[in-house]
Amino acid sequence: MRVSFNVNGADVTAEDVWPGESLLYVLRERLGLPGSKNACEQGECGSCTVYFDGVTACACMIAAGQAQGRRVRTVEGLSQGSERGGPRRLDDVQEAFVAAGAVQCGFCTPGLVVQAHDLVERTVGRGGPVPGDAEIREALAGNLCRCTGYGMIVDAVRLAAERRAASGSGA
Amino acid sequence: MEFLSPSTLEEALQARSAHPGGVPIAGGTDVMVELNFDRHRPEALIDLSRVPELAEYGPDGGYTRLGATVPYTAIVEHLAGRAPALARAARAVASPQIRNRGTVGGNLASASPAGDAHPPLLATGAVVEVASAAGRRRVPVREFYTSLRTTALRQDELVTAVLLPEPKGPQQFAKIGTRNAMVISVAAFSLALDAERRTVGTGLGSVAPTPVRAERAEEFLAAELDWEGATAPTEAVVRRFGELVAAAASPIDDQRGSAAYRRHALAVMARRALAWSVTDYRKGAT
Ligand SMILES: Cc1cc2nc3c(=O)[nH]c(=O)nc-3n(C[C@H](O)[C@H](O)[C@H](O)COP(=O)(O)OP(=O)(O)OC[C@H]3O[C@@H](n4cnc5c(N)ncnc54)[C@H](O)[C@@H]3O)c2cc1C
Ligand code: FES
Ligand code: FES
Repeated sequence: MRVSFNVNGADVTAEDVWPGESLLYVLRERLGLPGSKNACEQGECGSCTVYFDGVTACACMIAAGQAQGRRVRTVEGLSQGSERGGPRRLDDVQEAFVAAGAVQCGFCTPGLVVQAHDLVERTVGRGGPVPGDAEIREALAGNLCRCTGYGMIVDAVRLAAERRAASGSGA
Repeated sequence: MEFLSPSTLEEALQARSAHPGGVPIAGGTDVMVELNFDRHRPEALIDLSRVPELAEYGPDGGYTRLGATVPYTAIVEHLAGRAPALARAARAVASPQIRNRGTVGGNLASASPAGDAHPPLLATGAVVEVASAAGRRRVPVREFYTSLRTTALRQDELVTAVLLPEPKGPQQFAKIGTRNAMVISVAAFSLALDAERRTVGTGLGSVAPTPVRAERAEEFLAAELDWEGATAPTEAVVRRFGELVAAAASPIDDQRGSAAYRRHALAVMARRALAWSVTDYRKGAT
C-alpha cells in the first residue's frame, strides 16, 4: 500500500508498504531517515521516539497506515539549515547534550533528544520553571541508555532548560 | 494483509464483522509487539484511530463516558477528578511515550491480568460499552473478564467506551513492580469507598488468571468502617482487611515474583490504601 504523510515539514509518500510494518521501518528503510534508531521494536527502549501529531511516541509501536495524513517530526527535523547547503544549526537540546558530555556510543541519543525536547517545550517553553531532576527522570523513564548511567543526560536536559529559560524568549 | 481505515464507528463495526480474522488496532502498544516479532499475521488490521466517537470523553448521565481510544495521558491530565483511581493507574503505565498512545479500550480487549486499568475499573464498578453492527450492549466490568485473557467481548464486537461512575468517596491505586517506571506489575490493588451507599469496592491485578475483586474484604470493611465519624479503623481491622484481600488472590510463581510475595504485597498495599482512604475521607475529599 501507499502511505503519505508529513515528515519534518515535507510531504512524503512511501510506496509498497506492507500493512503490518511500523512507522519506524518506513522512516528508516523507505524514506532514508535513519535518525530514529531501532533497538527493541517493543516500545521498551525509546530509541525510536518521534513526535507524532505533536506528542512523543515510539515509532516502532505505530502501524505505517496509522501515519497516513499525520505530522511526524524526527530527530532530523530538530536541527535547522542543512540540505540546502546553509550552516547546520543544532537544536538547543542537542547542543546541551554535546556540552554536558551526555553522549557515549550515541545509540540512545536521538530518542532521548526528542523526548527531552518535548519536556523543555512543555515546561520552560510555555513559561514554566526549569524542571527538577525528578521530573526530568520521569519524562525520560521510557528511554534506555546502556552507557552513561544517566547522570550526564539529566545534566544535559537541565542545562538545555536553563539556557532556554535564560534566553527568555519562551518561543 | 489489508489495512482498513474506517472513519466512522459504523464503518469500523462493519469492518469488524466482515473480517473475523482481522485485528483492531488503537494505540498499537500490544498489537505492534506481536507484528514486529511476527508472532501473529492477521488477515487485516482495523485502525480505530480515525473514529472520532471512540476518541471522545465527557459526562453521560451519572457517568463519565470514556471513549475506547482515549490515551492514558489524557486520562491523567483531564480525568483525575472524575476518575481518581483510574487516573492514578494510568499514570503508573509504562512511560510517557506509551501513555501517549496506549488506551483503556486496548487494555480491556487484551485483558492481561496485569493490565493496570482493570483494578480501578473493578473497584469503582465501571461499565463496559461494546457494540457490533447489530447494536450496542453494556457489560458491567465485574462480568467482563471471563478467563485468562478472555472477555465477554464477542468476535464481531468492539469496545466503544467505558462508563465511569461518579466518585462518591476516596479512591486509591497501588502497584508493585521491580522499579518505579516502565514496569508490568507484580501485583496491583485498587480501593474505592462509596460514602453514599456505604459500600467498598476492590480490584486486584496480576494475582489471578483474571483481574478479580476481594468480595469478602469489601463486605468486612463496609461493616467495620466508621462511615459517620471517620475515625481510624483499629489495627485489628486494618490487618484483617489486608488478610482478606490477600486471600482473594490465587497467584502463581513466575519470573516477576513468587506467589507468596504477591500475597504479602497485596496485604501491604491493601492496608496502605485503607489508611490513605480513611485520611482522605476524614478530610472530606473524594
Ligand atoms: C513497553 C511497554 C510497556 C507497557 N507497560 C504497561 C503497563 O505498565 N501497564 C499496562 O497495563 N500495560 C502496559 N503495556 C501494555 C499496553 O500498553 C496496554 O495494554 C495498552 O492499554 C494497550 O492499549 P493500545 O491502545 O495500545 O492497544 P492495541 O495494541 O491497539 O490493542 C490491544 C488489543 O486490544 C484490541 N483492541 C484495541 N482496541 C479495541 C477496541 N476498541 N475494541 C476491541 N478490541 C480492541 C486489539 O485488537 C488488540 O488485541 C505496555 C506495553 C509496552 C509496549
Ligand atoms: S525500538 Fe521502539 S522503543 Fe525500542
Ligand atoms: S550512550 Fe550508549 S546507549 Fe546511551
